[in-house]
Amino acid sequence: MVLDDPRLADAAAGQASAKWRHDVKKEDLRVIGTAIRKVDARSKVSGLTRFADDLSLPRMIYMKLLRSTQAHARIKRVDVSKAKAVPGVKGILTGEDLPTPFGILPVSQDEHALCPDKVRFVGDPVVAIAALTEDAAWDACRLVEVDYEPLHTIGSIKEAVEHEEPRIHDYGVRGNIHRLENLEFGDLAAGFAASDHIREDTFFFEGNTHLPMEQHASLAHFDKDGKLTIWSSTQTPHYLHKALARVLHPLPAHHIRVIACPNGGGFGGKSDPFNHEICAAKMSMLTGRPVKISLTREEVFFCHRGRHPVLMHARIGVSKTGRIKALDFHSLLDGGAYGSYGTASTFYTGALQTVTYAVENYHFRGARLFTNKAPCGPKRGHGTVQPRFALEVQLDKIACDLKLDPAQMRIDNLAPRDSLTANFLQIGSMGLMQCINKVVDGSGWKTRRGLQERTADGRIRGLGIACSSYLSGAGLPIYWNGMPHSGVQLKLDRSGLVTVFCGSTDIGQGSDSVLTWIIAEVLGIDPLGMRVVTSDTDLTPVDLGSYSSRVTVMTGNAAMQAAERAREILAKGASEQLQVPVARLTFADARVFDSENPDKGMSFADAVIAAESRFGTIGTVGSYTPPKSAAKFRGGGVGPSPSYSYSATVVEVEVDPETGIYRVPKVWMAHDIGRALNAAVAMGQIEGSVYMGLGEAMMEEMAYRDRSHKGHRIFVHKIPSLLEYKSPSTMEMPEVVTYVVEDPDKNGPFGAKEVGQGPLLPIMPAVANAIFDAVGVRVDEVPITPEKVFAALVQKRAGKVGRYGPDELPPVNFGDSLKIKTPWQGGDGTAWNEPKRDKKAAR
Amino acid sequence: MLRLPAFTYYRPKTATAAVALKQAHGKDAMFVAGGTDLYPNMKRRQQTPLHVVSLQDIEELHLVEVQKDGSVAIGAMAHLTALEMHPYLQAHFPALAHAIAEISTPLLRNMGTIGGNLLLDTRCNYYDQTHEWRESISFCMKKDGDICWVAPGSPRCWAVQSSDTVPVVCAMEAEVELVSPLGTRRIKADDLYRDDGIQYLTKQPEELLTRIILPAPGSWKASYLKLRRRGTFDFPVLGVGVCLWFDADGIVKKANIRLGGVGSYAIPATDSERLLVGNPLTDELIAAAGTAAMKPARAMDNTDLDVYWRKKVAPVFVARALRACR
Repeated sequence: MVLDDPRLADAAAGQASAKWRHDVKKEDLRVIGTAIRKVDARSKVSGLTRFADDLSLPRMIYMKLLRSTQAHARIKRVDVSKAKAVPGVKGILTGEDLPTPFGILPVSQDEHALCPDKVRFVGDPVVAIAALTEDAAWDACRLVEVDYEPLHTIGSIKEAVEHEEPRIHDYGVRGNIHRLENLEFGDLAAGFAASDHIREDTFFFEGNTHLPMEQHASLAHFDKDGKLTIWSSTQTPHYLHKALARVLHPLPAHHIRVIACPNGGGFGGKSDPFNHEICAAKMSMLTGRPVKISLTREEVFFCHRGRHPVLMHARIGVSKTGRIKALDFHSLLDGGAYGSYGTASTFYTGALQTVTYAVENYHFRGARLFTNKAPCGPKRGHGTVQPRFALEVQLDKIACDLKLDPAQMRIDNLAPRDSLTANFLQIGSMGLMQCINKVVDGSGWKTRRGLQERTADGRIRGLGIACSSYLSGAGLPIYWNGMPHSGVQLKLDRSGLVTVFCGSTDIGQGSDSVLTWIIAEVLGIDPLGMRVVTSDTDLTPVDLGSYSSRVTVMTGNAAMQAAERAREILAKGASEQLQVPVARLTFADARVFDSENPDKGMSFADAVIAAESRFGTIGTVGSYTPPKSAAKFRGGGVGPSPSYSYSATVVEVEVDPETGIYRVPKVWMAHDIGRALNAAVAMGQIEGSVYMGLGEAMMEEMAYRDRSHKGHRIFVHKIPSLLEYKSPSTMEMPEVVTYVVEDPDKNGPFGAKEVGQGPLLPIMPAVANAIFDAVGVRVDEVPITPEKVFAALVQKRAGKVGRYGPDELPPVNFGDSLKIKTPWQGGDGTAWNEPKRDKKAAR
Repeated sequence: MLRLPAFTYYRPKTATAAVALKQAHGKDAMFVAGGTDLYPNMKRRQQTPLHVVSLQDIEELHLVEVQKDGSVAIGAMAHLTALEMHPYLQAHFPALAHAIAEISTPLLRNMGTIGGNLLLDTRCNYYDQTHEWRESISFCMKKDGDICWVAPGSPRCWAVQSSDTVPVVCAMEAEVELVSPLGTRRIKADDLYRDDGIQYLTKQPEELLTRIILPAPGSWKASYLKLRRRGTFDFPVLGVGVCLWFDADGIVKKANIRLGGVGSYAIPATDSERLLVGNPLTDELIAAAGTAAMKPARAMDNTDLDVYWRKKVAPVFVARALRACR
């Protein structure tokens, strides 16, 4: 298919040619940087996009899952005989039908599609029933008899630390500790000794969930030719494909086709392979019919995989001017009932502290505990959100202690561009100073802070600042392999149509559009005239999925490579026909022409015809693998990224001192995106992050009901509904002033970095800091609800410390640390006290 | 939430026919007005009528009539949006118009009716849940179980009166009209409600609420102040309805304060009322009356927001509602 295989020509995969370097001038770009609409926008806004729940096939049947009513129990008996007799029931599955465990990470294959012997939280699926109608399936579920033998319930981080027995899982470090990490970079004792000021603070960040508007749905069809197709609301079709192949063995992997439907919001909540997906597939194999399942909103809360509740303790030492000399950080994560991405989440609570501000010496200890709650996993900002809250609030306290301007203190601490951090993360472009300056100037920070002005209705105004950083894609895949992270194929048609094939999944963030903009820029065509085929494991090359803000950088680089190769082939054909040297050809306005004589040229379609006449069918491929990380110690696999984005925000609050109720009238947010491929879409992502961040800051929480009944503990999600799980409405959405800061990064396509997650991070600490500016109390806990502000105000008025938050962490033995010399100590990225290990265990 | 279960749907043209249908099917039948309360409850299997009698085709129930004396008779099927926007209500009953505007969302107010809001099912975080969720707590006495989870030792149900209009109409001494096969009766709004989460109405099952009659404007002033998490959607977790009657010198002649969202009915803050009567509405009096409302504001842990905090801020809300009557 490909002539003169150009892959041999540019062996340095992912390297853009000079013309499309990160520092290309704006005026030389025709598509990149313009505010054109997304390729799928009109279908979305007119309601024509077909989500998984919209799909229907002839002879389709409907599946429901019977879920555990117990938080932690052994299954003694499952009797489905009465359910079987319900008219319309076509198939029933129990745990023994799907005995192979699965899980997103190779190190935690701890889930079953249906619990075989034990349930671990209220909502854990036990039986699947499919019937001619959803009602019949539901009715049949009500007739299933399950006998449970209750086990002691583990309901919190503290309980998990204190109760080694019963173990929720029979793997992990010990007791109910799933993971334990202990990494020490540099010399902490020396760092603290060199500090002028040391403070210690304890923080808690409650769990919250993604709340996508689209509830998960799947349709599976096992056809008569022995091939399985599943359409699903998933962000990670490739990983679902792998999980299905594992659980449905001996069904060959190449007989399984996963099609990710457009996601009606994901935010990380559709990144795991789920029970309902595997059950739908198996049920279709059992019944020979297409099987559909649409989760209820309550079930989406049970799927969860959202923000981990994290208890944190930070001891920080600074110089008189606030330079960070040493940081000793502990985090305890409440993982819920399963592993999910939790191993990565644990590392992420320690990884990015060093990427915003230079930290000379750094010690991170993290533990993830199993509890009998819905499993936690990755949510927008994955694992870095909670420690960011702690660090940014603590820095605000230090600025207050040292009487420094919190904004200036941050600027003085910035990690340098093109540098290695204490934990061996490679920083490239770094636009945080510009971000801080933007929000400081925009908000009137220097003159409006600390005034405690009163509003007309008696509220007190305050301003708070915070910064953050986030990765543009995880440097390593979730399973060890040496293949590219993203692949793109292009097919060029005689009509002039360019079709792009890529495994990436559009979850509303615009990844389909990103592909077209990059390719259209390189080929000089209209992006809206392209065809996009994505997230279909039969048709599209593998992309690892829409997670970790990886898509723009990774598929973008792959798309650029494929497009450049196509351009090269077209140029050869056009050059011959036009009798113009290749170097003089320009691709623009859907034409290929002589740049010295623009009238001499041909249409893009004619260029395809010319090339196809000479070389045969035109198709190219591109792929991308991130650069190798300098971090070689165990655990160093989490944190590296091709580039880091930066954000700074100033949040304004108005606090009612009588009740603690506050509102957020305005937010200034600046984000260093490297280069905005489309500033309008980028701003949409930034505003969305502000919205989601405010939800976490102000109200969202995965609260649990903890009661006892006849000596038996009841432990269940308190409010699994869109009405009672409080998330901001349009009425809470403030005015947002968005600054798109562009500091192009050499690893990004046209210099682009991520934007989907980073701007969420600074919101929560900025709200906390603004409340302190307004009424002088600290809420060291998220969400910052009015009752917590009120409680802190009551303390303050009583002459005590005006603070609300946790006091201490339950004691955990972290064992010996891995000791790693920092780059400035001459370290090489390995731990000097780490036993030798084989490469495959690097994660 | 599941999809709606199957039921038989009726659309009678007259109140008499509606009452007859209800009587014919007894416990298996329910009236439906806007459906914004009943249908979600049915989807959660909290209410499971086999026969649903819609009132939407009964024309007389949609009327809003300003009487000669300035009082207003509102048909139970009048939509909340129409009332919120009604010029006469906005001019002379701003507290009620405001309370209506505070109900849920514009979309829900387009469907919801004043009658439906007055008869809103009591709410509770242990009750307003799906069948599966309630199964995990072995249900509660309001539906399918035998315990009140809010107060397990209590013989009664503590589900919460959660209508925004009830505290106002009770405070302003509005009346309601009920039609049954036995005839029509008219009672004070206060008398429509009972202090019980299950039997929260004195209305008989076959009685149909047809109208609400607002008193004529006069030397009284009312207000409504709502506590909720967000600026929309949410039910009140404290709804203060105040109505004060003044003499020519600005002395409070009569005071009604009703606290919604903190009990199974709109609770009168009697100590606060007593403090107000016979006095001018000074800042000190308002503060004292507010403080006296803490005791009856017996919030329980079955709604949104922290229960202790809700009780502590009740005086602030009562005082602010009183100040709005000045």
